[in-house]
Amino acid sequence: MRFNENWLRALVDTTLDTARLGDLLTMAGLEVEECNPVAPAFSGVVIAQVLSVEKHPDADKLKLCRVDAGDPAPLQIVCGAPNVAAGMKVPCARVGARLPGGLKIKAARVRGVESFGMLCSARELGLSEDHSGLLALPDDAPVGSDIRDHLELDDHVLLLKLTPNRADCLSVAGIAREVAALTGAALHLPTAAEPAATHGRQRDIVLDAPEACPRFCGQVISGVKADAPVPRWMRQRIERAGLRCINAVVDITNYVMLELGQPLHAYDDTKLSGAMHARYARGGETLELLNGQLLALDGDALVIADEARVLGLAGIMGGEGSGVVDATTDVFLEAAFFAPEAIAGKARSFGFASDASHRFERGVDFGNTRSAMARATALILEICGGSAGPLVEAVAAAHLPQRAPVRLRCSRAAQVLGMEIEPAEIVRIFTALGFDFECSGADFLVTPPSRRFDIEIEEDLIEEIVRVRGYDTVPTPPPRGPLRMLPLTEMRRTPWQVRHILASLDYQEVVNFSFVDAGWERDFCASEAPIVLANPIASQMGVMRSSLIGGLVANLASNLKRQVERVRVFELGRCFLRDAGAVADQRAVQGYAQPLRVAALAAGLAAPEQWGAEKRQVDFYDIKADLEALFAPRAVRFEAALHPALHPGRSAAVIRDGKRVGVLGELHPRWTQKYALETSPVLFELDVDAALAAGLPDYREPSRFPAVVRDIALVVAADLQVQVLLDGMRGAAPEIVCGLEVFDVYQGKGIEPDRKSLAIRVVMQDTERTLAEDEVEAARSRLIRFAEEKFSARLRA
Amino acid sequence: MENLDQIVIRAQAEFAAISDAAQLEQAKARYLGKTGVITELFKGLGKLPPEEKRTAGAPINQAKQTVEAALEARREALKAAQLELQLAAAALDVTLPGRGNSIGGLHPVTRTLERIEGLFRSIGFEVADGPEIETDWHNFTALNTPEKHPARSMHDTFYIENAPDVLLRTHTSPVQIRYMQAHVARHRDAEVMAPIRIIAPGRVYRVDSDATHSPMFHQVEGLWVGEGVSFADLKGVVADFLRSFFETDELSVRFRPSFFPFTEPSAEIDVAFMSGAMKGRWLEIAGCGMVHPNVLRHGGVDPERYTGFAFGFGPDRLTMLRYGVNDLRLFFDGDLRFLSQFR
Repeated sequence: MRFNENWLRALVDTTLDTARLGDLLTMAGLEVEECNPVAPAFSGVVIAQVLSVEKHPDADKLKLCRVDAGDPAPLQIVCGAPNVAAGMKVPCARVGARLPGGLKIKAARVRGVESFGMLCSARELGLSEDHSGLLALPDDAPVGSDIRDHLELDDHVLLLKLTPNRADCLSVAGIAREVAALTGAALHLPTAAEPAATHGRQRDIVLDAPEACPRFCGQVISGVKADAPVPRWMRQRIERAGLRCINAVVDITNYVMLELGQPLHAYDDTKLSGAMHARYARGGETLELLNGQLLALDGDALVIADEARVLGLAGIMGGEGSGVVDATTDVFLEAAFFAPEAIAGKARSFGFASDASHRFERGVDFGNTRSAMARATALILEICGGSAGPLVEAVAAAHLPQRAPVRLRCSRAAQVLGMEIEPAEIVRIFTALGFDFECSGADFLVTPPSRRFDIEIEEDLIEEIVRVRGYDTVPTPPPRGPLRMLPLTEMRRTPWQVRHILASLDYQEVVNFSFVDAGWERDFCASEAPIVLANPIASQMGVMRSSLIGGLVANLASNLKRQVERVRVFELGRCFLRDAGAVADQRAVQGYAQPLRVAALAAGLAAPEQWGAEKRQVDFYDIKADLEALFAPRAVRFEAALHPALHPGRSAAVIRDGKRVGVLGELHPRWTQKYALETSPVLFELDVDAALAAGLPDYREPSRFPAVVRDIALVVAADLQVQVLLDGMRGAAPEIVCGLEVFDVYQGKGIEPDRKSLAIRVVMQDTERTLAEDEVEAARSRLIRFAEEKFSARLRA
Repeated sequence: MENLDQIVIRAQAEFAAISDAAQLEQAKARYLGKTGVITELFKGLGKLPPEEKRTAGAPINQAKQTVEAALEARREALKAAQLELQLAAAALDVTLPGRGNSIGGLHPVTRTLERIEGLFRSIGFEVADGPEIETDWHNFTALNTPEKHPARSMHDTFYIENAPDVLLRTHTSPVQIRYMQAHVARHRDAEVMAPIRIIAPGRVYRVDSDATHSPMFHQVEGLWVGEGVSFADLKGVVADFLRSFFETDELSVRFRPSFFPFTEPSAEIDVAFMSGAMKGRWLEIAGCGMVHPNVLRHGGVDPERYTGFAFGFGPDRLTMLRYGVNDLRLFFDGDLRFLSQFR
């Protein structure tokens, strides 16, 4: 809601200055979003009349003007404006004036001619950007008077950011009422008696859809001059509210809407035929709106129609071809009440909003329809002349909003607010708000006024009470409540621990959008049927991600572009998958799996470039170690597995407790190339749940007896997976073997090309005794024999 | 002939002048070796009668000990000097940078969320969670925002194609409903329902994108429902939180009336810092209010018996204020040059 301060001050006698008035509104829930002066500070500028214009003797483009600025003698002023002409009235900055920006006007010599002031353009006064010539003032502007007074420039435009419940403040009268309630200041709301009918012409009104339009007032005003000049005060208020002036009749309807909150519509009566209807559209009907938009209407659209055609979208916008134009002489004026439910969302569904729909969808005072009409008619008669016919009102009382009395108990107010409020105080507040109420002791029964659509339950009244008193009157005690320790489970990590482990492993957390390019889903997840957004903000954010990989790859690409070449990033967030098996419960929506995942990606050098250390690109096994560290001390297993995002020979499924919980691998070279990554990143993606399950530490008593270590080198087939060999050997090992790890892999000179040499460290120990040499040797032989028999291994000399 | 004292002084001087271990041992031989000066003196004692031996021997013994001590001291000194030399040769340039891996860090907003969780846990708030693809009912209807309600236009909602009742949650408030329902079910048989005290941090989505709006951003919902929970308590908790989060008492907090369909009374929370770049400006930081009775009912809670408050903070904004970040988009851009500064 935009309006000018002086208009408000005309309706309510507040002594608050602009800043305090703004604070008052903001702190009452009518947030002042902007408060701008109408004009910047300047002084000493008066209205002057140019008496004569002569050529400057020494300059082609300058003129010598004699100007009456209200002084006994005319002033001589040199002026360069192209439009300066004898007789015109213009702003004149006299000697001593200060213009916006601080320029002080002095008597001066301009090309040898004395000049005593300056004639001003709109831009020079900060009124607009217009600098094409002097600001031409109307002929009736009083010479010598201060232009600030004449144009009412000591004024502010306020923009209120109103919440949807406060439709009653979508008018200057509503805001004035609020100021009066908050401060006790006197209110001067405009009133108009219904002008007496001076002719009998009228149109019947039919409420075909009374639930949507239960009240409709209409009046024919004939013989008007629609293009009559609009008084300056009205034009100023309309323009300061951010509306355009169109013609006198339309301007008056807009003015009354701004003043009283009742949208009105004026038709050219000669273009109407028969009775006026408020009805739902019939299939096949179309309408061209005032804004040129052509609509095909369905049975959902509430319209105003005459007997011949649809004239407009009820409560939203009028149609082309039936509205008042400059030449209109007979006006049919409409003031109606449309139910919010009938209007809400409609304009939006057609892709626009109007001042009328904005008000009707929030609720217009249905008790004020007639008096708003009277006000508009009176103004039309006054400004445009003409004569009014009888005011016709159709009303379906049963369908008007009901104002059921709402009970307020002081005890409930105390319970909700945490402080006691005296009944006398409540009486004062309800009275100030103009509520109709009965009071018995500490119990109130309140009937909300027709302008308020937001008072339906006890809490609404409690809010009104504390709002008028001020939220700052509620105490701010320290938090209090029963103490209870929160669970701090050790069996499960928190996502925070996972994040901190990854951060300590040199990964930087990122937060990527959950909606991604459909191409990412195809490339990285082989998903042809992702979850699609109906209304994405951009096509490359059109589908929900089913993997975090795409985002991390994009992070790599964008950082490479920024010359960051060593990139290690991770994200912990949700992925989204269709899942017919997903059942609705406390954390889930039917049909959608939304698992939390964690993914990490590394590219570039394995370690930051540094002195005394060899440079090496990060590889699969580096990231595998990070992943193992993330799970440590619990072991995870890896199995070669294919994944659409990953290099087919360098990708693995991550297995925990027999379940596949993620993937690890190098990005498929195809994507490395497609996404212009220079080097192939290595990455993993895991279900967070798997990373969270921790269990308690599994403690075993350290042996007091010495461990024996034997290293054996086995030559095996090059494609034998180490995991398979170790699993087999562990199964075959005697109990004294407590450790079996590969510590070197060799291929090359001395080994056949299709074979590799594995150096395996065998650790043996018993908790009860020192091991004897022969049992150590027996265990070693058994392991070697097993490998020879099962895996055709050969002991390397 | 030299007297004993002279011998000792000579030995001491000679040792002190030597800076080589081998020479020192040669010098030792001259005094204490088989034919050394002092050894010779002892040999001379053999000719004396036993009682004179004792009186004549004592000073020689004394001198021997002094010379031996001088020798030992010199040996130690030479060893120490030798070690000194070795160590000096092995000195490092201590100003060269350290080696090894660097460490990463958390996202600035995540860092804020972790602090928020920690602060609220400290006064007994548990962390609750809910889905981001949400039903229309949980996101709007259950929160007292029926279809066509003008408040729905305050949230420009992303919908899922071909699923009119499924959307991306526009706020974390649906977690209120989900948690209340589960909580009520858990305490069905209790005489008095245990209070609900939760925060629900998470991602939310709105069709909006410019320098101050991101189509995805974060929220932290808070909910406290129980007997006698009031608007005053809400003010107390929020004020306590803000001062703790910003680690300052130099902070003004104000509550001003506002409107949300799911709270009544409702308030907007503004803060103003008393120093720093934002000094004196009121900054909108959260929405809050007393949980609307309809919302309590949807959660299965009797609104006549229990009251509660809810609030929704924007952790992105809190992060911006905390660290002076001025462009929201930086949070979602993955630029390591930006993110790595929050370690």
